[in-house]
Amino acid sequence: MHELVNTRHNLQIDPHLHIWGWEIGVYLFLGGLVAGMMIISGFFIFTGRTKNTKCSCFLIPIIALIAISLGMLSLFLDLEHKLYVWRMYLTFQWTSPMSWGAWILLLVYPVLIVNVLLKLPEELYGNFPHLRKISEYLNSSHSILQTIGMISMIIGASLGMYTGVLLSALGARPLWNSSMLWILFLTSGLSSAAAFIHLVAREEEERRMLAKADNSFLIFEFVVIMLLLVGFLTSDQVHIEAVKLLLSGEYSAIFWVFVVSLGIVIPLIIQLMAVNNKIRHTVIAPIMVMLGGLILRFVIVSAGQASHWSGQVFR
Amino acid sequence: MARYGMVIDTKKCVGCMDCVVACKVENNVPEGYNRDWISYETAGKFPKLRQEIRSERCNHCDNPPCVYCCPCGASHIAETGGVVLIHEDKCSGCKACIAACPYNARFMHPEGYAAKCTFCIQRIEKGELPACISVCPTYCMNFGDLDDPQSKVSQLLEIRKHHCLIPAAGTKPQIYYLT
Repeated sequence: MHELVNTRHNLQIDPHLHIWGWEIGVYLFLGGLVAGMMIISGFFIFTGRTKNTKCSCFLIPIIALIAISLGMLSLFLDLEHKLYVWRMYLTFQWTSPMSWGAWILLLVYPVLIVNVLLKLPEELYGNFPHLRKISEYLNSSHSILQTIGMISMIIGASLGMYTGVLLSALGARPLWNSSMLWILFLTSGLSSAAAFIHLVAREEEERRMLAKADNSFLIFEFVVIMLLLVGFLTSDQVHIEAVKLLLSGEYSAIFWVFVVSLGIVIPLIIQLMAVNNKIRHTVIAPIMVMLGGLILRFVIVSAGQASHWSGQVFR
Repeated sequence: MARYGMVIDTKKCVGCMDCVVACKVENNVPEGYNRDWISYETAGKFPKLRQEIRSERCNHCDNPPCVYCCPCGASHIAETGGVVLIHEDKCSGCKACIAACPYNARFMHPEGYAAKCTFCIQRIEKGELPACISVCPTYCMNFGDLDDPQSKVSQLLEIRKHHCLIPAAGTKPQIYYLT
């Protein structure tokens, strides 16, 4: 026998950690979604697609503003000392991914607002003529548009990457402690964003392009997930035990059914058939991809907290 | 500069939990929470069993992930003996430090800030021992400056076999257990 028992029973800590609930999963999903939206919309602006007034890059920043605000509300709900949220903005702690994230989130807003100002509804221009001048200035030269597109892509990528680094920097939770995690979250954010924009895009050509892009993101995401699992399996005992939570443990059913099968593989097959004109484009695949992205965050947040180092001393 | 640490003799500890009670009283630890606790590890096959009883708490690590991950600068290494502390009035309750600790030594105080063992900083700054040590009936716990080769803790580590907890996590814990 080998038994380790202790007398501690702290709330949210024992029998295993559960400090972060749905709020963090929702935030990580929305953060990833907005990151993907900023990268895709920034790419559209950078490549001169703003000439087409129906381009979804005019709509996406508004939705992204709402989504990131909901995400930040979710983060705020998670804080135990809500009135002290401003403490994060009195300092910059360069060793803390969360501090980086807090400041990146502040940069996301002005970038998205500049994106929104590229083209506003005519009624707004009627009431606020100055806004038209701003829009005209922003659209006045190719280099300004390219700069806006590039900055959107960079800030979007930073946001997407940090959501993964946030967890992977916590070495005490073996299942998070992989440098693949930021790639997974960034790719998942891109695939969710491509799926979302595919739903709201107004032009057939753009929808086809996004479906193709989404297929690439999904294939890449699948490869990243497999490599993440391989990385853990070829690591030390603590990480092997941690990945068992996803392979055969408590989280394996939800992971393989909802994240891998229904969230990646099946929508990929549907979309591959759609882009090859075998079946029509429907909303089913994009919705599955987004739900898969959300459930991925829930699984990683929850299973990561269940993974732990062993305090055993006897060997 | 001093480097405070603890050296705990597992051959003497009987798991009476006096240290746990003393800590709760001294630090007004809220009901349902503990800053220190007892671990019982048993291994072997009956009747050849071996057991180690340990009084555990925050390890005041030399490489503390809880300090590095704090976005508010609330978690910090104090000037007094490298003790890891929390500025309660800077903590936003994000819980990153709790997730960062491989020992699960931290918890959320019901008032909304992270809390844990402080080595009874209020006592050691007055030259007293931490409350847990001051009440130990078997004198199994020792507190002192690990940087001072003449201190009792350094001398014990010099002559006795010892281990710390989860060294593989790389946090360089400063609580040692004599075996």
